[in-house]
Amino acid sequence: MSDRVDRRRFLKIAGTSLGIGALYSVAPLLGADGEAGEVARTLWKKNGEKLKPFSFIQLSDTHVGFSGPPDPLGTQAFERAVETINSLRHRPDLVLVSGDLTHDSEKPGVHADRMRQFKEIAARLKVGTVHCIPGEHDAGLDGGALFRDLFGPTFYAFDHRGVHFIGLDNVSRAKPEVGPDQIAWLKRDLARFPVSSPIVVFTHRPLFDLKPEWEWFTSDGDEVMNVLAPYENVTVLYGHIHRHHEHTAGGARHLAARSLIFAFPDPETTADKKPLPFDKDQPFKNLGLRIIEEPKGRADAPGRPTINEVELTAREYSGTVGINQFLKEGAY
Amino acid sequence: MRTGRADARTIALGIALMMVAVTLVSPFPARAQGTPRAVEITAKRFEFTPKEITVKQGETVTLRLTSEDVTHGFYMKALGIDAAIEPGHPTEITITPRTTGSFTTICDHFCGEGHGNMHMKIVVE
Repeated sequence: MSDRVDRRRFLKIAGTSLGIGALYSVAPLLGADGEAGEVARTLWKKNGEKLKPFSFIQLSDTHVGFSGPPDPLGTQAFERAVETINSLRHRPDLVLVSGDLTHDSEKPGVHADRMRQFKEIAARLKVGTVHCIPGEHDAGLDGGALFRDLFGPTFYAFDHRGVHFIGLDNVSRAKPEVGPDQIAWLKRDLARFPVSSPIVVFTHRPLFDLKPEWEWFTSDGDEVMNVLAPYENVTVLYGHIHRHHEHTAGGARHLAARSLIFAFPDPETTADKKPLPFDKDQPFKNLGLRIIEEPKGRADAPGRPTINEVELTAREYSGTVGINQFLKEGAY
Repeated sequence: MRTGRADARTIALGIALMMVAVTLVSPFPARAQGTPRAVEITAKRFEFTPKEITVKQGETVTLRLTSEDVTHGFYMKALGIDAAIEPGHPTEITITPRTTGSFTTICDHFCGEGHGNMHMKIVVE
C-alpha cells in the first residue's frame, strides 16, 4: 500500500444536520492519481466487505413528551424532520438516534406512552433501518429497563456496507459512564477488525470532557477512546449537548448533533446552562439543517470543509411553505 | 514547689479560658485539635443546600453529605470529588483544595427532570 495516501482521510463523510442531527454520506475518497483505489482494494481484502457509498442520518434529543417555554411545539420539529428525510432525493440507508428519544416522566405509564409515540413518529421514516441508543432521559431513572422492553439492547454493534457501527450506552448506569462490562464487550467486538476498518460510534454523552460542570462528559470516556485508539478511521457521533460541536483527539473525530426540541447555549460564552429562549418568529432556530461538505480535492491534498447553515421555517410562523430550507454561507 | 503548682494551675486556667474564648468567637463548631472542619451539605431534587461554601486553600474540610429523597451524585473532578449520596446513609468526604477558584460541583446521578441543573459551588480562597 502506498504511504502517500493518508488512510485516516480515506473515509469521506459528509453531513447534513437536520436539527435532529446529520445526514452523512460515506464513500471511499478516490483520488485522481489512482492510489486511493489501491487503498480501497486493500481495505476490501482486509475487512472482508467492500466499502460502498451510502448515506445515513443521525437524529438526537427529540425529547418526545417535553412541553415547556423553550419549545411549546412539542414533537413538531421531530415530525418535520421526518418529512424532510422522506423528501430527500437520495434516501439514507440508516437512521441513528443518539439518545433522549423521550423526556422522562415518573407518572405510571406516561414514559412508556412517550416511547411508543416516538416509535410511531419514527415509523414514518422511509429508510432501511432505525437504530436507537438511550439518553439519560430515556434510561436514567430505571437503568434502561423500559428502553430494553420497547427498543431492545442499550448497546450493540452491526456492519453496513463495510462500515462497523457501534452503539454505546453511557446513560443506564447511575453515573455518566460506560462501565467495565461494556468496555470489555467493546474490546471483544473490535478484536475481529483490522485497524483500517471504518468505525462509526454513536452514543449519547460526549466521550471526552467537553464541559463537566454541565455534565457534558463521560467519566470513563478516556478508557473507551483508548480501546478505539488503534483504529485509523473512527468517527464518534453523540447528542446530549443540543448544539453542534466538532472535536478531534487522537485521530478520532467527534461530532455532536443538534437537538429537535431546544438548543443549549455555547458554554464558552455563557455561564448558565439554560435552553435558548423560544423565538416564535423563528421557531426552529438552532434546530435547522447544517450541511457539512467535505472539500473537493485529491486524496493526498484535501481542502477545508465548509458548513452551510439551513434553517427550518414553519409555514404558520413565517408564511413560507413547510420546511423551507434557506442556505446561508458559513465559514468553517 | 508550691509556687510551681500555683503557676501550673494558673497556666491551665488561662488555657481553658482561651479555649472558651476561641469557641465563643469562632464561626465554626468546636472540634478536637486536628479534626477537619465539617460542612453539612444537603441534597434533594434538584438542588444542594447551601448553594455555595467557602474553604481556604490548603484547608482540610470534611463534607457531610445527606440526601432528603433519592440517590444523588456529588462530582467535581478538579477537586477529586466523586461520591454518591444515598438517602438514609450520609456520606463523608474529606478534601484539601490546593488551588484557588470557584468549582461548580454537580449531581452526576440522574435524579429526574431538573437533574441537569443541580449544582453548587465550592469556592476556594
